[in-house]
Amino acid sequence: MITLKNIEKVYQTKTIETVALHNVNLHIPKGEFVSVMGPSGCGKSTLLNIMGLLDEPTNGIVEIDGNPISRYRDKELAHIRNQKIGFVFQSYHLINDLSVLDNVELPLLYRSGTSAAETRRLALTALEKVGLSARTKHYPTQLSGGQRQRVAIARALIGQPEIILADEPTGNLDSVMGEEIMNILLDLNRQDGTTIVMVTHDENMAQKTERLIRFFDGQQVSDAKTNAYDYQKV
Amino acid sequence: MLKNYIKIAWKVLLRRKFFTFISLFGISFTLLVLMVASSLFDHTFGPQMPERETDKLLFVNIMREQRDGGFSSSGPPSYRFLDQHVRTMQTPEMVSINSMFFQVNSYINNRKLALDIKYTDRAFWDILEFNFLEGNGFSEQDVRGANRVAVINENTRKQYFGTDKAVGQHIVVDQVRYKVVGVVEDVPALRLHSYADVWVPITMKSQEFSRPGLRGTYFATIKARSAADVPKIKEEYAGIMQEVERQQTEKGTTLSSHPDTFLESIARTFLSNGKDSGIGILYVIMTVLALLFMLLPTINLVNINISRIMERSSEIGVRKAFGATSSTIIGQFIIENIFLTLLGGLLGFVLSAGVLWLINDSGVIVYANLGLNIRVFAFGLLLCLVFGLISGVYPAYKMSRLNAVEALKGGSK
Repeated sequence: MITLKNIEKVYQTKTIETVALHNVNLHIPKGEFVSVMGPSGCGKSTLLNIMGLLDEPTNGIVEIDGNPISRYRDKELAHIRNQKIGFVFQSYHLINDLSVLDNVELPLLYRSGTSAAETRRLALTALEKVGLSARTKHYPTQLSGGQRQRVAIARALIGQPEIILADEPTGNLDSVMGEEIMNILLDLNRQDGTTIVMVTHDENMAQKTERLIRFFDGQQVSDAKTNAYDYQKV
Repeated sequence: MLKNYIKIAWKVLLRRKFFTFISLFGISFTLLVLMVASSLFDHTFGPQMPERETDKLLFVNIMREQRDGGFSSSGPPSYRFLDQHVRTMQTPEMVSINSMFFQVNSYINNRKLALDIKYTDRAFWDILEFNFLEGNGFSEQDVRGANRVAVINENTRKQYFGTDKAVGQHIVVDQVRYKVVGVVEDVPALRLHSYADVWVPITMKSQEFSRPGLRGTYFATIKARSAADVPKIKEEYAGIMQEVERQQTEKGTTLSSHPDTFLESIARTFLSNGKDSGIGILYVIMTVLALLFMLLPTINLVNINISRIMERSSEIGVRKAFGATSSTIIGQFIIENIFLTLLGGLLGFVLSAGVLWLINDSGVIVYANLGLNIRVFAFGLLLCLVFGLISGVYPAYKMSRLNAVEALKGGSK
């Protein structure tokens, strides 16, 4: 599904050079739920951004479904993001000026061939999946943190992407809310076979996933199946 | 998608009311001034009563004589010149000779009334399309017989007869008693070739007909059979002028006179450099002035737009993450900006309508009937779109270049 080969990411300013990722090699197969852990600043989010084609590596190759992505133009990258990838951010990044329903519909606005009625139907289905059918006309500022993250998940899954990239999706939530969000992600993975890569600081959450990769100072230091992983994939 | 953009544009407008006010004020005020200017322009030069077929109408109103010593003089042509050389032209459908308007006095119940009188022939009424409220223009017989008949405008009728009918009644103008044969809607004073309060047969001035010389106090109004004939008329007229110049007894005299549209004649007076009327330069000057006038509010709007859009960098990041290309983002912000300028434009229309009403009501321009017709509306709409595009493109382009990751970091939570 996603393969990273010899990925390097260096941030260069006039005075300083910061290596965010160094020699990262990873393969995430289809349908896997992977968590990425490590201290702040170790390159987890950079890794996720590169996987999500939001950022380019300084060196190395990103492959999605076996196709190397280098030299893709803005339009082609946007198309892959739209068709294959869904994002969930720690700070939700909902558009406060749009209703819950309009927020969820957003990815399909950029997908040609989906009628307005079909878009609406899919948005309602996605919201039902995250248990927010009753909040369609609300605005993000009228919702709790957990509810906002559920809207963000509905937005990520409306386009039925093969991959969901979640950057600390429970980071801003209390443990109960966090648990709820985690369960939704687990269901998505189990029931729909969605590949999920989740960056987290929470060891408990990470142990619920299938595989745990640890990073330190821009390098992967471990990559193993979790002990607690007891999936019953459908 | 458009609905989504409009929805968000509306919300953004409501979010920062002060910014919105500044933006809308700038747009609507700019458009107000430009629309009032375009309405005035249309009122003066556009196809309006009684000069409806402006593409077929030409006016001869200047005769310039330049002598070898550098001495030159100019003014309206003489009756004799127009009668001998212009009335006899082959290409036009019709030619009318009419005088300038002169201010004369009239007295009603010992009250002095200043009126503008114009002396015209029958063709004047055939060429121009006046709105007759009563009666008709005077006949060829009236002109030939120098009958004391007059067509008056609505305002003069009101002054003389109040709400009564005027046709068949008499007025005394400049100590001459005329029988009213027609009443027309007021013609704005800016229509210099048609305007008057009272029109009487040109033969009332027959003593001037045989006066020698090329310059006098008369105009010719020429109607072409079709707009395509206009260049042919100009060509024929140029030939006539060459011949007239050749016949001049005083050697070294250069003559210059042209059948022009009203706008061309204005351009020729101020900008001409010989044969060319200078209308191209006039259009360039008007466009540059309009653009310069729009420049400041545009820069202002660009700045406001940048700060507005900067606030929305998180949204740009999200849209990019979910599949928006840079060009889609540019499109979104341009649409939003055009929506904003159309709103400003709408406000500008309402304000312009108010200002035009005030100008009409104030009497600053005699018999002005300035309005927002379809041409002015179309021009205003075009201005809104141009304004929206030029003030939206740069901020949109700048913001669309934002890296998605940076945009997401910069966004509000």
